[in-house]
Amino acid sequence: MASINGEIRIPINTDTDLVTARAEGRALAQRLGFSRPDPTLIATAISELARNIVMHVGHGEITMRPLREDQRFGLLVVVRDEGQGIPDVDAALRDGFASRGGLGLGLPGARRLMDEFEVTSELGRGTTVTMKKWRVRDDLERLRERRGLSS
Amino acid sequence: MSVAILAQGDYLIASIQSDLSDTEILALRDDLSERIGRLRCRGLIVDVAALEVIDSFVARALRQIAITARLRGAETVIVGIQPDVAVAMVQFRLNMEPLRATLDLDEALALLDRWTGGHGFDQR
Repeated sequence: MASINGEIRIPINTDTDLVTARAEGRALAQRLGFSRPDPTLIATAISELARNIVMHVGHGEITMRPLREDQRFGLLVVVRDEGQGIPDVDAALRDGFASRGGLGLGLPGARRLMDEFEVTSELGRGTTVTMKKWRVRDDLERLRERRGLSS
Repeated sequence: MSVAILAQGDYLIASIQSDLSDTEILALRDDLSERIGRLRCRGLIVDVAALEVIDSFVARALRQIAITARLRGAETVIVGIQPDVAVAMVQFRLNMEPLRATLDLDEALALLDRWTGGHGFDQR
């Protein structure tokens, strides 16, 4: 595991890497000041996507880093593999696809746990899932300021 | 594997001590099924308070544990799902049928007593 400029890279090869990935995701979310239950939601989404790599591709990588945009803070998670790719990403993002098996298992569930979720896949070249979660308290603070209730 | 398993009367109590890998949770499933038959258990309690993530695979493994136990003659109660984990499971829309859960061990024992006629502890 390497950390460069706050970025954490975790190679995903076995199911023990998956345990590491969700623990690291959870810890980073807590360090970045996410309130409950968000660190758990983030860890669950990471676990689900990391497992796709272990089960369907074998090798891949997860990178995580803090996000800063205007007055809000967040967490970016990129899950990348160089597998066969997902033939129909839209279908993979629909509920019920998972029960028919194949690639993309658990994508709809993981998407519901995050704020932003994007899947790009190229047949024969691999799949990249980019997901973001924003701290709820930043939105609440902005809302409070706008209403002149800052305290 | 970091799971403490103890027999208590007709019941088997499996207490997960730390996060488990997929391999470990499937091994637990098979181990519990075997023990239920060997020890003639009528109830199984799985304490998952140490699990900080229950994703689709872990949920499926827990369901398989309960279904397998039932086919082996024992009912299952899951204990101690963390509040944040419960929120994640709902948002994920995980299928948890036919799992029954309680907050603590006492409630789980009481539930099993109701289901099985109460043979968890000798003094009962």
